[in-house]
Amino acid sequence: MLVLTRKKGQSIMIGEDIEITVVDIQGDQIRLGIEAPKNVAIHRKEVFIEIQEENRKAAEVNPEKLRGILHGQLEIKKVEKTD
Amino acid sequence: MDIVTRHFGKITVKDEDIIDFPEGIPGFEDTKKFVLLDNGDKTSPFRWLQGVDNPQLTFVLIDPRYFRPDYVVDVNDADVEILDIKDVGKVLVFAVVVIPEDISKMTANLKAPVLINMENRKGKQVVNENSNYKVRHYIMEELKLIGGQV
Repeated sequence: MLVLTRKKGQSIMIGEDIEITVVDIQGDQIRLGIEAPKNVAIHRKEVFIEIQEENRKAAEVNPEKLRGILHGQLEIKKVEKTD
Repeated sequence: MDIVTRHFGKITVKDEDIIDFPEGIPGFEDTKKFVLLDNGDKTSPFRWLQGVDNPQLTFVLIDPRYFRPDYVVDVNDADVEILDIKDVGKVLVFAVVVIPEDISKMTANLKAPVLINMENRKGKQVVNENSNYKVRHYIMEELKLIGGQV
């Protein structure tokens, strides 16, 4: 990881058309201004982690339930096994 | 091509049915090829996103408008470019479903919908820029709100 020290009001450039500016510093919070072309997606990392975790849970679907939904028999009540 | 899936056994996948996810799905970035399955009933809101290059991977998807008729996806330009969207009418929108032990508590991720452009069979799970949506919406509860049922 490249680490740079910047002061309030200073910027870094990533390539030619992405500029990140330190807008404000308050204790341990830093406000960043980002200027980038419209086709560059910018998201907080937490959002990505949240989506990854949710997808991992989604992929753990119990086969029995999956088949239940597959056959359009989505039982809301729990069915007791009688074997 | 035949693949042996974890949940559905052996299925035959036609090349023209394969959907290309160039970036994979977050958490499963290595799986790039999927196929959309249904249970033969096109009116069901549920679909399955079955991994082709990883047959172990299956997601349950739901049409979010089934329980959120006013659902909108605000897509950023980067995703429009990746999916090469020319006609929004050709884009399918799904939410990934998590099914817990208590099935009545199943949730849908409206924060990150799966978009599939049927024109070029490209797909991506995008981040909805609309901040009204969360990663966990309780499907049954929201269905009750609109007076529907599964």
